[in-house]
Amino acid sequence: MKRIATALAAVMVLSACGGDPLTGGNNNPAPTDTIVVGSGNFPESTVLAEIYAQALASKGVKVSKKLNIGNRELYFKGVQDGSIDLIPEYSGVLLKHVNKEATEVAPDEVYAALKKALPQGLTVLDKSAAEDKDAVVITKQTAAQYSLKSIDDLVPYCKEFVFGGPPEFQNRPDGLPGLKTKYNCEFKQFKALDVGGPLTVAGLKDNTVQAADLFTTDSAIKANEFVVLEDPKNVFAAQNVLPLINEKKASQQVRDVLNAISKKLDTKVLLDLNQKLSSPDKPEPEKVAKEWLASSGI
Amino acid sequence: MGGWLFDPAHWSGPTGIPVRLLEHLGYTLMTLLIAAVIAIPLGAFVGHTGKGGFVVVGLSNALRALPTTAVLILVVLWAGLGDFPVYVALVLLAIPPIMAGTYAGIRAVDPVTVDAARGVGMRESGVLLKVEIPNALPLIYGGFRGAALQVVATATIAAYTGAGGLGRLVFDGLALQEFGQMLAGAVLVALLAVLVDLGFAGLQRLTVSPGLRPVGTGGKT
Amino acid sequence: MTWIFENWDRFWEVTGVHLRLSVVPVLIGFVLSIPLGWLASRSATARAILFPLANILFTIPSIALIVITPVLIGVKILDEINVIVPLTIYTIALMVRSVADALSAVPGHVTAAANAMGFRPLRRFLTVDFPLALPVTIAGLRVATVSNISMVSVGALVGLGGYGQLFTEGYQTDNTAKVFAGLIGTVVLAVLADGLLLLLGRVLTPWARAGR
Repeated sequence: MKRIATALAAVMVLSACGGDPLTGGNNNPAPTDTIVVGSGNFPESTVLAEIYAQALASKGVKVSKKLNIGNRELYFKGVQDGSIDLIPEYSGVLLKHVNKEATEVAPDEVYAALKKALPQGLTVLDKSAAEDKDAVVITKQTAAQYSLKSIDDLVPYCKEFVFGGPPEFQNRPDGLPGLKTKYNCEFKQFKALDVGGPLTVAGLKDNTVQAADLFTTDSAIKANEFVVLEDPKNVFAAQNVLPLINEKKASQQVRDVLNAISKKLDTKVLLDLNQKLSSPDKPEPEKVAKEWLASSGI
Repeated sequence: MGGWLFDPAHWSGPTGIPVRLLEHLGYTLMTLLIAAVIAIPLGAFVGHTGKGGFVVVGLSNALRALPTTAVLILVVLWAGLGDFPVYVALVLLAIPPIMAGTYAGIRAVDPVTVDAARGVGMRESGVLLKVEIPNALPLIYGGFRGAALQVVATATIAAYTGAGGLGRLVFDGLALQEFGQMLAGAVLVALLAVLVDLGFAGLQRLTVSPGLRPVGTGGKT
Repeated sequence: MTWIFENWDRFWEVTGVHLRLSVVPVLIGFVLSIPLGWLASRSATARAILFPLANILFTIPSIALIVITPVLIGVKILDEINVIVPLTIYTIALMVRSVADALSAVPGHVTAAANAMGFRPLRRFLTVDFPLALPVTIAGLRVATVSNISMVSVGALVGLGGYGQLFTEGYQTDNTAKVFAGLIGTVVLAVLADGLLLLLGRVLTPWARAGR
């Protein structure tokens, strides 16, 4: 019996090893005056985060970066638990994330509703004119074959199509559930791919999926002559790029810097940034951000 | 926490748990088959001739260090979507333990036994196939079962590039922040690994001469 | 390769994080596995519990364990501890068997001689059993280190650092050179660490080569 007890104790040590003081010393928690900038798991988010971080750093604000974290479902928890303080966001999807029932679609209404809906301690600064929406995208061939222009036209064929998108698209109100309730469109199957990345593009191209979720600023849309279906019933609400920030870290200086950036950002800038990122020489987001900041005079 | 796993709705349809289990098992068995076809002859040849042993050991160690995620991503970027990149990444993972096990097994056969086989007039191929390999089987199985455990656990990563298998539960659960789904994925993978190992243990019992006692090795990437 | 030189600062930074995230678990895991391995070498009951448990822990996919850890131990989702705990568990799972096997393989006449010379158990363990067990233990440590170095990358799938960041970023931007840079970094780091441990083993156990 004694031996069993010893062994059990040993097992408990094993499972409790997370509390070892050795590991605690290696986490380097950021000092309280440092702003930790995060980004989502797609290049546009990373380059925007780089722009925020570099602009703040150039004004003497201490920043550290935790980029490419994951999707909103994941990084929003990071914003809430204080792992990160600042992250580029999109007004419409963020609103739907904090309030599933939100119905606002126009940019200003979305923005106003978002400010109210955010949990205490978090806020968004000025919104930019830059818009990047999720969109239902199909190939040119599919569009021609079924003569599709809007999601409305797609409805009769939904049951024949396989849809591709990031796994979270299955559950988001501005994802499959929205397409179902607003258009009564239910796809034959959903294939979990990536966040408007190479998988989704490849899936569309080789017809693994017939329709997919891509971002409207994705340069792959133009490069592959994909067709963005119109969304007359506004499943995808207005999506203005804006900074989501921990209020404690949003000093006047920080606000000024970030608002100045938002003033300069528009959809064309997003398109340009994405185009640069996917150009053949594959520049680092860090470099693309630096070049844009230099050219914008911030 | 177990709610997700035991919800009947998750046990049917084209994305149900049985389908994911079968996909996962399919990746595993196919990978092991391909890896065995490559690694056993190589390990046996080197073990038999005694030439290039350091190449086998060096190659095994270098392959062990290869991050499966990177291999998977590179092959996807290079060859596109599908099961092919999954097999490339997993086969590269499975080769080192199988090859090392085979090599070590053949080297460990008593030279007296091998000499005796030659002495009774066996050809080299006979020595290898009828004496060395049967005697090396316990170590070959050791390497093979180690590889199987690694492949079952690592096949989870395949879902990162849109493939199927139980990794879908882990990655979709992560994306949706559904803890129950992630946990179900982890538990099912561990369970499958144990079952696969039991299966091969049974096979080992049936095919290895009772005069040789089984041994096991392991490694993980 | 050119990516590494063009982005030297970044490469250096992720190398540091990668090294920290893989070496810390090896150290903690190694230290914890010595008493556990000792226990397993002495008691059949401990062996009957520890070995199957180690095998089962080992079969849990690393991505799953990394994802589940913050929920289980209640730390922030971007904390490095979320990689350190799973890798420590894998290290222990691997090392317990190595240490136990190594200790069991110490010849009975040697321990009997030490006992006869009046060595107390702790002193005998530290000066006789453990040193004799070192070659096999270090062999296990090499496997654990190499596999940890290769596994750390998985953490990038949930936003943690190391070479894995280069994999996910390279993947998203279709940048093969970046993925390749991370792959080369991982393999070089693993080979270096492996060589270092091999050397350490030779220095610490000169008798192992004597008379060969």
